[in-house]
Amino acid sequence: MQESFFYWPEFRESFPDILEKFWTNVQLFLLAEVFILVWGLVLAVLRSLQGPVFFPLRLLSAAYTDVFRGIPTILLIFLLGFGVPGLQLSGVPRSQFFWATVSLVLVYSAYVAEVYRAGIESVHPSQEAAARSLGLNRLQALRYVVLPQAIRRVVPPLLNDFIGLQKDTALVALLGVVEAFRQSQIEVAGSFNYTPYVATALIFLALTIPLTRFTDWLVARERRRRR
Amino acid sequence: MSEQLRVDGVTKSFGKVQVLRGIDLALAEHEVVCLIGASGSGKSTLLRCVNLLEPVDEGRIFLGGEEITAPGVDENRARQRIGIVFQAFNLFPHMSVLDNVTLGPRKVLRLPRPEARARALELLGRFGLADRGDDYPDRLSGGQQQRVAIVRALAMRPQLLLLDEVTSALDPELVAEVLSVIRELAEGGMTMLIATHEMGFARDIASRVCFLDAGVILEQGPPGQIFTSPAEPRTRQFLDRIIAAGRL
Repeated sequence: MQESFFYWPEFRESFPDILEKFWTNVQLFLLAEVFILVWGLVLAVLRSLQGPVFFPLRLLSAAYTDVFRGIPTILLIFLLGFGVPGLQLSGVPRSQFFWATVSLVLVYSAYVAEVYRAGIESVHPSQEAAARSLGLNRLQALRYVVLPQAIRRVVPPLLNDFIGLQKDTALVALLGVVEAFRQSQIEVAGSFNYTPYVATALIFLALTIPLTRFTDWLVARERRRRR
Repeated sequence: MSEQLRVDGVTKSFGKVQVLRGIDLALAEHEVVCLIGASGSGKSTLLRCVNLLEPVDEGRIFLGGEEITAPGVDENRARQRIGIVFQAFNLFPHMSVLDNVTLGPRKVLRLPRPEARARALELLGRFGLADRGDDYPDRLSGGQQQRVAIVRALAMRPQLLLLDEVTSALDPELVAEVLSVIRELAEGGMTMLIATHEMGFARDIASRVCFLDAGVILEQGPPGQIFTSPAEPRTRQFLDRIIAAGRL
């Protein structure tokens, strides 16, 4: 068993290639995360707008989160990653990296929107009242008073989703994008030794464990602050 | 003296409970009117309605002769002319004292930062908070927080200041410092509508006292008359209970 999973020569040989391909994962989740954070916030803000005028926007935002939280990520990746390029539409990108990123953004923004929304709702209404009483309009009250407090509170759960996203970047291997996991598959197929998978796992862990610890530390600090 | 605020037949319900049942009230410039009455009599709701934080069901509210409850009125513009201080301070916890005070002037009045800052420092200094500008609210005592909240409202240079039981959340030994600030404002000619449980304070400071009972102003008059010879039995009952509790 040791030979099959922890074979040092195999590890040494495959590791540099996998690490190099891991760069693709890093690019993918960094790029996706930026869009997720922005789009998720837009969705959450739309959903928190009050008054009958905004009912359609609230409804759309709610429907979006319902749909994209309900679809298995892998299904969406297949649907967009194979389906859209297959249509051969002009002006529509065919890059599978592109569609993989889009899929992850669509799914994760639905989760992140809910996290933001919980944050917005945790800010006491008296804060908004205080802001409005100074003459700030709704948008200003949201921008300067509600959101800064809401976002501060949800940083730990947002990081949690970010960790999930990092792992899920491996799913795009299924589209044929050669990232770390796909590279390790290739290595395994060549040697019938599973050590490259272990190497890949270690690379992922090297990134996710520190982030997990950091998140724990933030949560603990927040708890101490609020006592 | 010109009329600063007029409330005309205002009613307000929350669900099936009618909290305000036809309030008529007028304040002249520089007048200080205290609202007294049991909890739930509608004092806070009235203040929130005047500041348009709650829409009124019926009736009209005029600020400086201009109706602010009319459809199409810019509520934000009306609110910036009316200051309100809340029972629970409601300072912005993520901002320094200085940012709390300058937020309105900078974002609403569009004052450049140095000017807003100068205005804030001047006010903070006047109320004994000169060295607190860089502190965050959670570093301050309740009394200091409430004074900051008053300064925050004043920084907008409001025509009218509403105070909603501003000492009720304070430890007893901190009440005096906040009341003395309000007294100073009254002496400076600020028009104020004050909901309070501090009867002694109301007696000292008010030009007029209104007794609210079940959503109507049952009785109003100079403090000397209301506190010593109220006309309405309900007012007398209320004051007797206050005296029994040692609060007057």
